[in-house]
Amino acid sequence: MLWLLLLIPTGAGLLSMTLRRQARLRRWLLLMAAAAHAALTASAWVVRPEAVLYGWLGLDPVSLLFLSITSGLFLATSVYAAGYLRREPPRKTDFQEGLLFTDAPEARFVGCLLLFLATMTLVAVSRHLGLLWVGVEATTLASAPLIYFHRHHRSLEATWKYLLICSVGIALALQGNFFLAVAAKGTPEVHLTIEHLMASSRQLDPLWLKAAFLLLLVGYGTKMGLAPMHTWLPDAHSEAPSVVSALLSGALLNCAFLGILRVHALLGAAGLGDFSGQLLIGLGLVSMAVAAVFIIEQADFKRMLAYSSVEHMGILSLGAGLGGLAGLGSMLHMVNHSFAKAMLFLLAGNILAAYRTKSTRQVRGLLQALPLTGPLWVAGFLAIAGSPPFGLFVSELIILKGALQGGHVLIAAAYLLILGIIFVAMARSVLQMAYGVPEGAAPESTRVQEAWAVLPPMALGALVLALGVYMPAWLQEALSGAAQAAGVR
Amino acid sequence: MPTALDILAVLLILANLRLLGSSRLAACIRAVALQAVILGAAALLVNLSDLDVRVVIIAVASTGLKAGALPWLLRRAIRESGAVNEIEPFIGFTASLLVGVGLLGLCFLIGSPLSAHVAAESGLLITVSLFTTATGLLVIVSRRKAVTQVLGYLAMENGIYAFGMAFAIQEPLLVEMGVLLDVFVAVFVMGITIYNISREFDHIDTDRLSALRD
Repeated sequence: MLWLLLLIPTGAGLLSMTLRRQARLRRWLLLMAAAAHAALTASAWVVRPEAVLYGWLGLDPVSLLFLSITSGLFLATSVYAAGYLRREPPRKTDFQEGLLFTDAPEARFVGCLLLFLATMTLVAVSRHLGLLWVGVEATTLASAPLIYFHRHHRSLEATWKYLLICSVGIALALQGNFFLAVAAKGTPEVHLTIEHLMASSRQLDPLWLKAAFLLLLVGYGTKMGLAPMHTWLPDAHSEAPSVVSALLSGALLNCAFLGILRVHALLGAAGLGDFSGQLLIGLGLVSMAVAAVFIIEQADFKRMLAYSSVEHMGILSLGAGLGGLAGLGSMLHMVNHSFAKAMLFLLAGNILAAYRTKSTRQVRGLLQALPLTGPLWVAGFLAIAGSPPFGLFVSELIILKGALQGGHVLIAAAYLLILGIIFVAMARSVLQMAYGVPEGAAPESTRVQEAWAVLPPMALGALVLALGVYMPAWLQEALSGAAQAAGVR
Repeated sequence: MPTALDILAVLLILANLRLLGSSRLAACIRAVALQAVILGAAALLVNLSDLDVRVVIIAVASTGLKAGALPWLLRRAIRESGAVNEIEPFIGFTASLLVGVGLLGLCFLIGSPLSAHVAAESGLLITVSLFTTATGLLVIVSRRKAVTQVLGYLAMENGIYAFGMAFAIQEPLLVEMGVLLDVFVAVFVMGITIYNISREFDHIDTDRLSALRD
């Protein structure tokens, strides 16, 4: 069954690259593959599939959590993507500079989208750190063409930065994997499977292990968007089509986080949890602070969302570093953030299509002009900023409580301060966009009121709301299982 | 065969210095291809006592890709863009060489205790692998042309590969193939991007890609 999870999106992706003419068939293929992947993932909650390939591919509670987020998110975005591709004209003028540009062939876009899903699945189900590395690198390569969908010079610049910065980061992570292998030289067999490493964690050489963690943290941290290695992130998120931004923020960043968690768990088992935990806390706080600085006075709403992702990745890292209750909160926060951020990016796509601008200052009267997208945008903001009754409020509170329980009063204070600043800064932009009177010509609102453009973000928003008001027992169990398996509990 | 390995390690140092000191893109490509050939030979030497099909396949495939296919791709990219020389790098060629020699010294400082710490095939190879990775990073941050930055990335990968060899880390075949494939596809995708950059901008100077900023 694990094979199917990998092969369905791979096969569908390759197939859709060959379907050059049959656009309708290709979009159905995308939807069917996404639905099949989601159904398989859902069935894995009922019957846990067997590990395959000498135990290199398997589903532990962490894998299942990451896989479910990815799969659910992909299903929602694929509905949006199918509608988006149907409506997007192949040639158009760029609203920022008035240039004429074309889109990349749709067959390639859909194919890469599906391959992107396959590579993220590989990362989630890898039980071998080398294979996990291969998966993370493959996600970069599958997603680079997606960022360069609108063929103009800004997206090309973003693609280049993304490719080069992430590839160098990933290369450092490979060196980190080799350091791990050197650290394991004292054990009878050098294997990078998680079972083997965890079982022999006490025999690993602590010096090499620490060095390996540093390299892997910098490497995967680049991909995850932790400051100061986050520089590719705002560019890629603002220039990619909104569907892709939603997937990058909601699913890809998590995959890199999984890579860090796996090694953090290993260091915890080897008795070096304090070392890696402190690094995670430090990087988490730095990321939050850097994001806050750039969110204040941010003039581009897609970049604002991108910096908000940097902030939330910082929160995840902070929670995982603190451990205990905060580690559990970090798992819940990841679920919440993925859905809320994907919702916001999809809505940003609607706003962009209607107003033809990314500037927060030129969008006014959203509530009036777009009666469905507007309210959802405000709700999405309240969710992402951590207001009740949304899920992010709960998870941020759990992390705060975890920090206080651990006696980290200063960290808790800094955490609250930054969250407060970001709330105010985002509120200013978002509320100004929502109220007021639309300037100039009325926005083209017909298109964005269609079901495909509104239902996916609405569904994601409903999920985040549901997680805020009601936490089923099975989910609580799954989250705490994941936190335990990730070594942050 | 420690002496033969040491000779190869010295050759690798020379290839690195060539990469740092040369302004001609074609010469830089040759230097990186030479690194790949040296590493292929070293991979066979390290495993000379128990040479099996697996080792030979990996060594031949990686040498073929890194010394044959990728240089061909990059040469095509520079032909398309019309760039011949790396012009005015952020760190000049002589200065790069001096920094490189400094890095080499630093790598000796770090490398010798490391090789004493854990039994390794060749002490020199560890130092040189670190030096190669550092050279790659230096090239990436100090050069303007997209092609040269890709060469730096390849040099980094070569250094990491050499590190794995120096410690005789036997990764299973699947992972080795995965790593190799990733490097190949990464450079392939980068090559396509460079082609697009040269078409869109009429140059491949990455410091002039500066429309996106805060």
